[in-house]
Amino acid sequence: MDYKTIKKSEITEFLDNLIKEYEIAAPIEKDDIVVFDKIKSSNGVILEYSNSVKSPKKFVIPQFETLISYNTNEDTTNVKEHLDEQKQFILFGARPCDARSFLFLDKVFSDEKNRDIYYKNRRDVVLIISLGCTQPQETCFCTTTGGGPFSSEGSDLLLVDIGDDYIIQVITDKGAELVKKLGLKNAQKDELAEMDRVIKKSEAKIEPDLELNNLKDKLDNSFDGSDWETLTEKCLSCGVCTYLCPTCHCFDIVDEEKNRKGERIRIWDSCQFPHFTMQASGFNPRPTYKERYRQRIMHKFSYCIDNYNMVGCVGCGRCISECPVNLDIRQVLTSLYYSMLSGRT
Amino acid sequence: MADLSSSIREEAKKLLKKGEADVIIGFEKGSLPLCATPCFIRNEADVEKLIWNEFCGNNLSRYLIKAKGKVGIIAKGCDTRAIVELIKEKQVQREQIVIIGVPCEGMVDRKQIMMRCQGNKITNVEDRDERLLITGDLLNVAVKKDECLYPGCQVCTNRNPVMYDVLIGSTSEEQQTDEFTDVTNFDGKSSEERWEYITHEISKCIRCYACRNACPLCYCKECFVDTTQPQWVGKTTGQTDTLLFHIMRSIHLAGRCVECGACERACPVTVDIRKLNRKMSADVKKLFDYKTGLDIDQPAPLSTFKPDDSEEFMLDI
Repeated sequence: MDYKTIKKSEITEFLDNLIKEYEIAAPIEKDDIVVFDKIKSSNGVILEYSNSVKSPKKFVIPQFETLISYNTNEDTTNVKEHLDEQKQFILFGARPCDARSFLFLDKVFSDEKNRDIYYKNRRDVVLIISLGCTQPQETCFCTTTGGGPFSSEGSDLLLVDIGDDYIIQVITDKGAELVKKLGLKNAQKDELAEMDRVIKKSEAKIEPDLELNNLKDKLDNSFDGSDWETLTEKCLSCGVCTYLCPTCHCFDIVDEEKNRKGERIRIWDSCQFPHFTMQASGFNPRPTYKERYRQRIMHKFSYCIDNYNMVGCVGCGRCISECPVNLDIRQVLTSLYYSMLSGRT
Repeated sequence: MADLSSSIREEAKKLLKKGEADVIIGFEKGSLPLCATPCFIRNEADVEKLIWNEFCGNNLSRYLIKAKGKVGIIAKGCDTRAIVELIKEKQVQREQIVIIGVPCEGMVDRKQIMMRCQGNKITNVEDRDERLLITGDLLNVAVKKDECLYPGCQVCTNRNPVMYDVLIGSTSEEQQTDEFTDVTNFDGKSSEERWEYITHEISKCIRCYACRNACPLCYCKECFVDTTQPQWVGKTTGQTDTLLFHIMRSIHLAGRCVECGACERACPVTVDIRKLNRKMSADVKKLFDYKTGLDIDQPAPLSTFKPDDSEEFMLDI
């Protein structure tokens, strides 16, 4: 792997240069919270932050998007597909957990079996420059789900903060091409040693892994267990966890039509909402909070392994820090795991 | 804040032992610093989990409709106001619940403190009466609790339970604030300024419905916003759809909102949801001289007709 270096004081210039050629999204503070937003200049970009409240998935799966629009008259129907050409796009300053989430979304929307043209149209132009975590939070559990504070999976370039400079790890060809264009300096030996020290120090700060060997098998046997009910008793069945989650990707498609003109719109949906599974007959297979929360856990930690050979969670901790009732997914998993071990369910 | 946890545990134990309650809904220690979380206690042995501190912000009356059997509930002033409304609206039967009232001194907003900590990991929180001493790797901050209260708590005039079976501790001093200064100030702005403020707030909304689902009075079996046949409200986060959801919800809560602030606390993206609800409360006060959730026998103004009701909204034709 190639390692380049850039002074922190040069980051604004670096970004302003990129803005000339690329569309760029970066973490900024907006209305008292950190969010990823498209930027016009490096002003206001913050790199000393824990993580954004909303995940950056919106750049590849927007909360709502028009797929087609149409109009009809007596003899003809005109349909227009909304696949606008996308400008080259850089997601700058994303955390390694969020970068990994893009790999997961690729499996859902853009593998050999499933190819979602709207997703692919947006995703193909994305280059991710992520920023390793030197200050993991109490809600972080990326190491449990296969990542880490400096995991490079999903990133094209990864920045490591070593004090006055960033080391830039060159992960992919796409990343290498960009670095070449910018003519960055190679990192020196002492800088690489400092990078290793920073990485080790940060990894030690993450809460120890949940010990969840063979969690999937245990979950598969727990479907009818009695613990689900007590574990989800405080759940409000809102969509905070799913909408802030970088890997939750379920959607609804609606047609909005007036005077023979209409649009087909795709919108985020959530398995926590009762209407998500409401059938035309009026029957709902997931009528209560218990079934809906169980679905979220089973989907992430069992079905996703079956379907994509990857856990559907990157351990970013957003569902923990923002849950209105502090329903902590780590506690739920641990609790299920140990009650299953003792054969209580 | 005096430590009321042990008195709460004692009371809970008594109720469970005597069979006066099948379940106690209260708070236990949360999984994060500066955080308490709702819990459901059914065994005497588990009452030790119960705690009380300035992070017990959730309005637990939200859980009453779903609860089965006789329920003991830990309730602050605003929570009891919600219970009064739930009883009035025949969603909860008075004799099915035992209210363990706890005087409140305002609840502390964890996120405001987290902002002061600037993303540094908290390792220890020490309670020093009026202050919290927060320490971490790169952190040593003293925070005055009353400077970090939730916005709703800052203007609350019902810190003490309005209805209870048992009262824990001694009553809190009520704040003497002019209740609707914020509404009057907002009313004083031009319609363009108000529109800009409200539409900006609404633009942050992600339609997760945490506000609605945390609200003790939003209990409709099927919310208007979820209905698909017919579909009243579009599902996008475009301005029209989102604004319509918030305005309709707010009007549906007119004369029913107890201003507990549960909606605002639940919102992950800082939408000022109370702005609309406060205006409704101010209007209901002005038009009907009514404050929600104080008296179980006082009829709700919007479900009763009086010949001398204010009819300012009627058009002369």
